Amino acid sequence: MSDLRPDLAAIASAIEPGTRVLDIGCGDGALLAELRASKRVDARGIEIDGGCVERCVAQGLSVVQGDADSALADYPDKGFDYTVLSQTLQTARRPDLMLDQLLRVGKQAFVSFPNFAHWRTRGALMLGGRMPVTRSIPVSWYETQNIHHVTVKDFRELAREKNARIEREWFFANEKPVSGAANLRAEFAVFLLSH
Amino acid sequence: MAGASQVLQLTDPLPLDGGGELHGAEIAFETYGTLNDDRSNAILLCHALTGDQYVASPHPVTGKPGWWERMVGPGKPIDTDRYFVVCANVVGSCMGSTGPASEAPDGKPYAMRFPVITIRDMVRGLVALLDGLGIEKLHAVVGGSMGGMQALSLAANWPDRAERVLVIASTSRHSAQNIAFHELGRQAVMADPNWHQGDYYAQESQPDSGLAVARMAAHITYLSEEALTGKFGRNLQDRDTKSFGFDADFQVESYLRYQGSGFTRRFDANSYLYITRAMDYFDLAEEHGGKLANAFAGTEARFCLVSFDSDWLYPTAESRHVVHALNAAGAAVSFVELSAPHGHDSFLLDVPALDRVVKGFIE
Repeated sequence: MSDLRPDLAAIASAIEPGTRVLDIGCGDGALLAELRASKRVDARGIEIDGGCVERCVAQGLSVVQGDADSALADYPDKGFDYTVLSQTLQTARRPDLMLDQLLRVGKQAFVSFPNFAHWRTRGALMLGGRMPVTRSIPVSWYETQNIHHVTVKDFRELAREKNARIEREWFFANEKPVSGAANLRAEFAVFLLSH
Repeated sequence: MAGASQVLQLTDPLPLDGGGELHGAEIAFETYGTLNDDRSNAILLCHALTGDQYVASPHPVTGKPGWWERMVGPGKPIDTDRYFVVCANVVGSCMGSTGPASEAPDGKPYAMRFPVITIRDMVRGLVALLDGLGIEKLHAVVGGSMGGMQALSLAANWPDRAERVLVIASTSRHSAQNIAFHELGRQAVMADPNWHQGDYYAQESQPDSGLAVARMAAHITYLSEEALTGKFGRNLQDRDTKSFGFDADFQVESYLRYQGSGFTRRFDANSYLYITRAMDYFDLAEEHGGKLANAFAGTEARFCLVSFDSDWLYPTAESRHVVHALNAAGAAVSFVELSAPHGHDSFLLDVPALDRVVKGFIE
């Protein structure tokens, strides 16, 4: 599990063995492959990039090529124990509607995202006066896929509006766990939500 | 017309969707590799409209290599060192299985007395073959184009017979455009004066011109505009200037004429009518109360669908339609749209990404 990105490692360790998991925006299938190997999970994925899907299928993973914004609509209610949306929320056309879908399709939902309120980001904007380009947000404003930047505080508020309960949360900076003052100190956040 | 295929004579009559039964049907098939002791390594390959059982061995009429030799064989993505591969000529065809050219009980060819069959009828024949071979559960069923329809039909109607279902460049229903192209082909055959209402088998001349035109029209639908342009452009055939006549001035014309006439040497015109009809009648949702997801309710098979971005015959949207239904049914499904320039025929041609997907999914 050490090869996984820290947010994915946190998600993998929190998932119960033998469950059904849908990873939305699963990339090259690193999390799915890990869950299948170590937890006997019935792991499925959705990924928009054809090359990534091809590599997933070549590994024997069940991955469907599709757009996270629209593909979820076909899945039945609570068809999965967990849905996973890792570092994709901020790219969704409507993150609020995406969260509705995650909680409809999954009994519980993991959501990870880069925290726009991290002190580096705040500093870059406040002192530099320009859209931040940092370790966690490495792409310039004009070419980034992140169309809805979000902070830890914003996400908590959205979860509250959706009546979603935050079951667990993890925060990371420099690939290490962060405790306390998360909205200022965390580069990345992971939440586990239930309805 | 049949080559050296093995033939299974069905002892039970084959019930047909159109009513009635087909008695004494024969299924001609080829096998590659060895069935293991617990009979768990069998892969059923389903052929396309004008395909046959010669997947990975030379065609007995044309002498050409098998139609999927790039995919099937020792060490190939469908590895015959590991898997027992079965491919049968579908009922209604003309390469050894019972079809309109076969002898009816009265000793004369069925011709148009052959019953109209469906994709599901073809699959009934294939399931009877599996029974005959003692194969209870397939490791996988694999098919492209019409073969994909058979794979879907098998998964929907005999859900316990296959662990994996691989559907390439296919669809769950024929669209109006699909039907329209097939009707064009059928009308070309039936307008040929040598067709004689289908009773041409004893005649000196066969409806070759009509069948060739049907093949030419169909062949265009198998290729992309980009592929045709890349292959032929506006190049002239064996001449420097236009003839101001109606010879095959352009290379693309010459190519289509060659495809058409070559086809008539290996295929029966009536079989072409019956099989295109079966494809036009195919609508998997209609068979299952109008809802495609119902066709796959409770399935435990793993599915993989592959489409090609240049395929306008069965475009990606058709595969997605099936994937949506499988998701709604909670089935384990993979789907990928591969990029390939050749159009619908990409599934038969050199697309390395397809090899990787097939190999990965089968294992």
